[in-house]
Amino acid sequence: MTKRLNALAGLLASVGLTLLGLVIITFLIGRVMPIDPIIAAVGDNAPQEVVERARLEMGLDQPILMQFFHYVVQLLHGDLGRSILTKNPVISDIARYFPATLELATAAVIVAAIIGIPLGVWAAVRQGTWIDQTIRVVCLAGHSVPVFVLALISLLVFYAALGIAPGPGRQDIVFQDMVPHITGVLTIDSIIAGDWDALWDALAHMVQPVCILAYFSMAYITRMTRAFMLDALRGEYVITARAKGLSPFSVIWIHAFPNVGVQLVTVLALTYAGLLEGAVVTETVFSWPGLGQYLTVSLMNADMNPVMGATLLVGLVYVGLNLLADAVYRQLDPRVR
Amino acid sequence: MLVDIQNLRVSFATRTGTFEAVRGVSFKIGTEKLGIVGESGSGKSLTARALMRLLPPNARIDADRLNFDGTDILKADERTMRGIRGKRAGFILQDPKYSLNPVMTIGRQVAESWRQHKGGSRKQALEAAVDLLDQVRIRDPRRVCDLYPHEVSGGMGQRVMIAMMLAPDPALLIADEPTSALDATVQAEILRLMEDLVSKRGMGLILISHDLPLVSHFCDRVAVMYAGHVMEELSAGTLAQAKHPYTKGLLNCLPSLTHPKPRLPVLTRDAAWLQS
Ligand SMILES: Nc1ncnc2c1ncn2[C@@H]1O[C@H](COP(=O)(O)OP(=O)(O)OP(=O)(O)O)[C@@H](O)[C@H]1O
Ligand SMILES: [Mg+2]
Repeated sequence: MTKRLNALAGLLASVGLTLLGLVIITFLIGRVMPIDPIIAAVGDNAPQEVVERARLEMGLDQPILMQFFHYVVQLLHGDLGRSILTKNPVISDIARYFPATLELATAAVIVAAIIGIPLGVWAAVRQGTWIDQTIRVVCLAGHSVPVFVLALISLLVFYAALGIAPGPGRQDIVFQDMVPHITGVLTIDSIIAGDWDALWDALAHMVQPVCILAYFSMAYITRMTRAFMLDALRGEYVITARAKGLSPFSVIWIHAFPNVGVQLVTVLALTYAGLLEGAVVTETVFSWPGLGQYLTVSLMNADMNPVMGATLLVGLVYVGLNLLADAVYRQLDPRVR
Repeated sequence: MLVDIQNLRVSFATRTGTFEAVRGVSFKIGTEKLGIVGESGSGKSLTARALMRLLPPNARIDADRLNFDGTDILKADERTMRGIRGKRAGFILQDPKYSLNPVMTIGRQVAESWRQHKGGSRKQALEAAVDLLDQVRIRDPRRVCDLYPHEVSGGMGQRVMIAMMLAPDPALLIADEPTSALDATVQAEILRLMEDLVSKRGMGLILISHDLPLVSHFCDRVAVMYAGHVMEELSAGTLAQAKHPYTKGLLNCLPSLTHPKPRLPVLTRDAAWLQS
């Protein structure tokens, strides 16, 4: 019992420290960038007195520690500041853009895992055969062809030439704002509204970007699964399992595979976190209004509040997924319980 | 005849050509206990594994005859082999720390072995597992069923391994250095348990070890291997009359309390032994 409490205290302390570090980094991004936040706010040609007033309003005349303190207090109130570009509070912008990325990333990571894991296991079991080689080439292509090339080819073929895929964006114009905005995840909102046409339309729009993102993630997941499985298959307990007269299927999936679960969870969590950062290129090609686009556009316009807000969110996602992965592999591996 | 091996060869294709690890091993065993001894790398494990066709994928087997209970192992298909592995012949590996699946409870591992060949429900299999653990003299078998391999000692792990391999009532038990990874104090205990169960069930036993006196104590016959050959096969009682210089050398190298030697002799090897 005290052991559990100690572990919990340790966990809370490490999460606390990580969060503090994250907030410090975000804060520094806002201050250290070679961008004058005042000029970004009031414009290049503002008269001197306007600049001075803005400086006072933004608290930039105060010592840096004071500024940091104000920043933290603001954060604790859930206030991420206002975007100069969209004129909205950053928090409501993120509430609009992040679900789009969340939807894409979740679908992509699920597809990638469902295809990538069995493929990796298969490659390991058939190590050195033409099956292994073929899988390797497929994955290599996933790693080396630039995303925008694939994305553009995909749009060209399936949208422009064949006309079987919908065009860029998340929805057709006819469905725009038809389902009430509840979670911001269009598929879920459509289901809640019971609007199956809207659901179908949303899914159809997801197919291309999801496939392209999933392909890249799959290449990574397959490669890692193969490596983990090769290692597991060399284990003595695999010989034991075979000596028991078990079928190859049992030997592979019941004995070897559960032993790579822990490592796989880490890979999946990292892949998912990477996707949740927002895939700028894919989002741009498919005009997908996601976090990656929001972050990039804000950065290019020196709009620092959204940049800081989005960075903080991405950091939180990483911390959260790490915690989740930790909890999951405590379940999977009796040795770390 | 349970096992009939004639001129068994196991070789590996390497970058520099083929490497022959087992070079013409022959022996037969019925319901008796055969010990195989020899130094590290002499091909003991590969001989045993060849019999179950559990060799590494890059290994090649040749033999004039390789029969298990009338089945030709060389020609048998994979399905036939799965009927032999576990069901007809159990195989105990060296170190339970590595040979038991670390993420599966002991109960499940033993039950799986029983159920694979005897069928029945999960519940029946688990009951059978408890009974088997009791037979290998594990106290409180029900509690042990729920433990994971890392939670038990090496000796207990090897008992679990024995229970698992005896579950489908095989006719032969192959044990590849079953006590080398254990404390000296539990070694004899485990060997005695194995010997006891094997005798009670009227099974054959192949016990691999590099400890000649230990093996001769538990076996009817001993085959001495060196560099992929069987140098000599003796009945356990007549070790003292061993003819082969290698066997004599092995016996000579033992420290003795009753006749202490100032210095143990170095084992000599002679290339001429491999000629015959
Ligand atoms: N997968 C493999 N590839 C190449 N050579 C191998 C392979 N496995 C075993 N060998 C070689 O075959 C020889 C015999 O191996 P084996 O495992 O049968 O020895 P052993 O008598 O059991 O020794 P030990 O007492 O160390 O277990 C060794 O020299 C080893 O190097
Ligand atoms: Mg060996």
